Amino acid sequence: MTRLVVTGVSASYGSTQVLHDVGLTVEGGSTTAILGASGCGKTTLLRVVAGFHAADAGEVRIGDRTVAGPGFAMPPERRGIGYLSQEGNLFPHLTVAGNIGFGLPRAERRDRARTAELLELVGLPVALADRRPEQLSGGQQQRVALARALARRPELVLLDEPFGSLDAGLRSTTRRAVADALSAAGATVLLVTHDQDEALSFADQVAIMRDGRFVQVGAPKEVYSTPVDRATAGVLGELVILPGHGDGDHVITILGRLPVAGADVTGAVDVAVRPEQVLIGPAVGAVGSVGAVDAVVDAVDYFGHDALVRIVLPAGPEGPAPVVFSRVVGDDAPTPGQLVGVSVRGPVQAFPHTVVLLAPTDPT
Amino acid sequence: MTTTTPGRLAGPAPRRHPSPAGGALVLAAVLVTAVSVLPIVVVLVNALGQGWSEAVADVVRPRVWELLRNTVSLVVVSTSACAVLGVTCAWLVERTGLPGAGWWRVLLVAPLAVPAFVNAYAWVSLRPAMTGLGGAVLITTLSYYPLVFLPVSAALRGLDRSWEDTARSLGLGRWRTFARIVLPQLRPAVLGGCLLVALHLLAEFGVLAMLQFPTFTTAILDQYEAAFDTGTGSVLALVLVALCVAVLTIEHVWRGRRGHARIGAGVIRRPEPATLGRWLVPGVSALAVLVVLALGVPVYSLGHWLTTPGATVDGSALAAALGSTIGLALAAAAVTCVAAFPVALLLRQRQSAFTTSIERLCYLASSLPGVVVGLALVLLAIRWVTGLYQSATLLVIAYAILFLPRALVAIRTALAQAPGALLESARALGDSPARAVVRVVVPLALPGILAGLALVFMATTTELTATLLLAPTGTQTLATGFWAASSSLDYGAAAPYAVAMVLLSAPMTWLLLRQRTVIA
Repeated sequence: MTRLVVTGVSASYGSTQVLHDVGLTVEGGSTTAILGASGCGKTTLLRVVAGFHAADAGEVRIGDRTVAGPGFAMPPERRGIGYLSQEGNLFPHLTVAGNIGFGLPRAERRDRARTAELLELVGLPVALADRRPEQLSGGQQQRVALARALARRPELVLLDEPFGSLDAGLRSTTRRAVADALSAAGATVLLVTHDQDEALSFADQVAIMRDGRFVQVGAPKEVYSTPVDRATAGVLGELVILPGHGDGDHVITILGRLPVAGADVTGAVDVAVRPEQVLIGPAVGAVGSVGAVDAVVDAVDYFGHDALVRIVLPAGPEGPAPVVFSRVVGDDAPTPGQLVGVSVRGPVQAFPHTVVLLAPTDPT
Repeated sequence: MTTTTPGRLAGPAPRRHPSPAGGALVLAAVLVTAVSVLPIVVVLVNALGQGWSEAVADVVRPRVWELLRNTVSLVVVSTSACAVLGVTCAWLVERTGLPGAGWWRVLLVAPLAVPAFVNAYAWVSLRPAMTGLGGAVLITTLSYYPLVFLPVSAALRGLDRSWEDTARSLGLGRWRTFARIVLPQLRPAVLGGCLLVALHLLAEFGVLAMLQFPTFTTAILDQYEAAFDTGTGSVLALVLVALCVAVLTIEHVWRGRRGHARIGAGVIRRPEPATLGRWLVPGVSALAVLVVLALGVPVYSLGHWLTTPGATVDGSALAAALGSTIGLALAAAAVTCVAAFPVALLLRQRQSAFTTSIERLCYLASSLPGVVVGLALVLLAIRWVTGLYQSATLLVIAYAILFLPRALVAIRTALAQAPGALLESARALGDSPARAVVRVVVPLALPGILAGLALVFMATTTELTATLLLAPTGTQTLATGFWAASSSLDYGAAAPYAVAMVLLSAPMTWLLLRQRTVIA
């Protein structure tokens, strides 16, 4: 299995430095997702690894080969990589079979069995082999592009927002097909995305990039449950921020005394709660109530499978009434105006209190 | 000609196209640009070489004022007429439920296949009294309005209906919607078309000589042929260059910086045609009259002279002219496309001050009238490179300078078919840069490159002005053969040459209909 090691890579476009001393290791056969906002430098890193962009400094190693180092960059065609871009970039003048065979030696290009095998690997019917790219749907094009990349049995597969141009329904099925094909091929995978669901579900390791630096690298569950800072927590999913007071391994908030994930805290803190941790039920005092406090439902965004409930908590002594969001199963959605008991389940994250100049994170 | 600028949304950092061959490419592009700019330099040096006071004295003459008045009034009147005709026809064909719109489109572009000087011959040979400004405006308008019609109808086809729907929903009526939403979006296309018409008019020789309406271009040739006075000729040429620059500047300023970006994804909705209703009959009749004047008259006239008994047609001379025209045109097409290729490759890379100046210089140099390029190359050959004087090589170089933009536009469009991302995919699949070009760029760009060759070929077959100045002694092309016959009023002998030129350049109509960008 081939390991990818990136060490101390800096890169720039013109006079703008995009990557600052970036390091990352992707273990052989595993999948790492680089998650970050548009323009954070994640695509540039992928292009440095692929060999399409020359780094200013640093080293890239694929397996035991150094493919880029000080004053040296191996051309992309010799790096043994598979590359899948957002648009797939199928060659419009070739059929599906022609595209899949493009990177193979001349003798193997006409091998129908190999083409069929690759189409099957990405979950497409063999009958598509003689179609032209424009006759395929977006999801099919992406899968053919993956088959084309996998045809050469690359040690490392680079995916540049490969599902970004697909619509929601197609995205999840294509993502599953691609994930299955990649794990069947046993390749080491580096994925670039700005979609946190994609990063968390697709990868064994998530690397969060901001302004050309990695701010946190870890297993999906780890980065989701213990993000290093508030901004990172916000990147990974919807977030409710409550004022709180640190008391060692607990924080005291309007929603009660809650356990803290990670290190002990003291003093004024911002408590970050995921909407799925906010539970609603019968009002305090009613039969079966587990609520810590009563509050009024302000609005409900109903999505069918679940619903996001906006709740206005009673105003505290310091400042305006806090607003929290609760994610509930669709059937359990309350109606606006209803009085509910609110509580929090599980450990929460606490960050040093910061004065927020912008609007608080809006989970929608 | 860019009519829309894609909106740059927040996204990945702008990508550089891989540079296939740095140094050699830049060198080749700079060389091509230098050759393109050469005529301006030569004319400038020659005009000022006789002394500043002499040059000023050459300009400040009553004769020059007359030429200026003629030239400017022709450009203003004909360009305006072309704009009105072109926009009206485009709207009728593209936006009304006109019966047989596809056929009208072909008929309205077809006059481009008839060289303007052949059109002038067709009218003058039937009505010899047609001279002066009126005749010149009529002939040039009928010949050049398709240059406005083509880009405007392409722009109308590309317009997104949803903007108009939005305007209507905001309470604008149909006419106000047209004036405030549609017309502003057509502006780049109209201005681009008008620019081409104006440059053609400044360069026009054949029509105006035939109609005895003197402008700078005809005066330069008269001066040269009558007196070999290249000093005065150069000064007049310099004034002509100044007029070209003025026209380019006016177009640039009027166009402004605004791009029309289409924001957001989704399919462009094709507009539903407005119905002409009771205007159907007047509309169709007007188009029919235009087609009869622009196409019917030359076709009738050529047929008339071709079948007139007693015409002396020298078959072997005609065959020789055809042969040398095709030979020269093939050479010009090949040389021009080879020259355009490095420039097109360079312009594909990330825009910089350097690439922008290369692009501007190439287009500026090629906006020069054929008479200026011809005169400059004659001067160059007489003074400095005597070996080239009256050689076919020099003539081919002139064609290449004149028609470089056509090849450039075609090849750039062709290269756009193979975007950098496809090259990267090929690289990731194991191809070296050169192999990737051969396996991806060439197959995708070939049709466009062939179109570029064809456009230059056809433009060369009807080039008159530079050919008159530069053709080797004893070599006659179809254009000069036609000119010799029609100048001596031997209309019957001129007709076969004209027919041959029309047939050779007829496919251009089809190519231009397919192509969205017009450089003609």
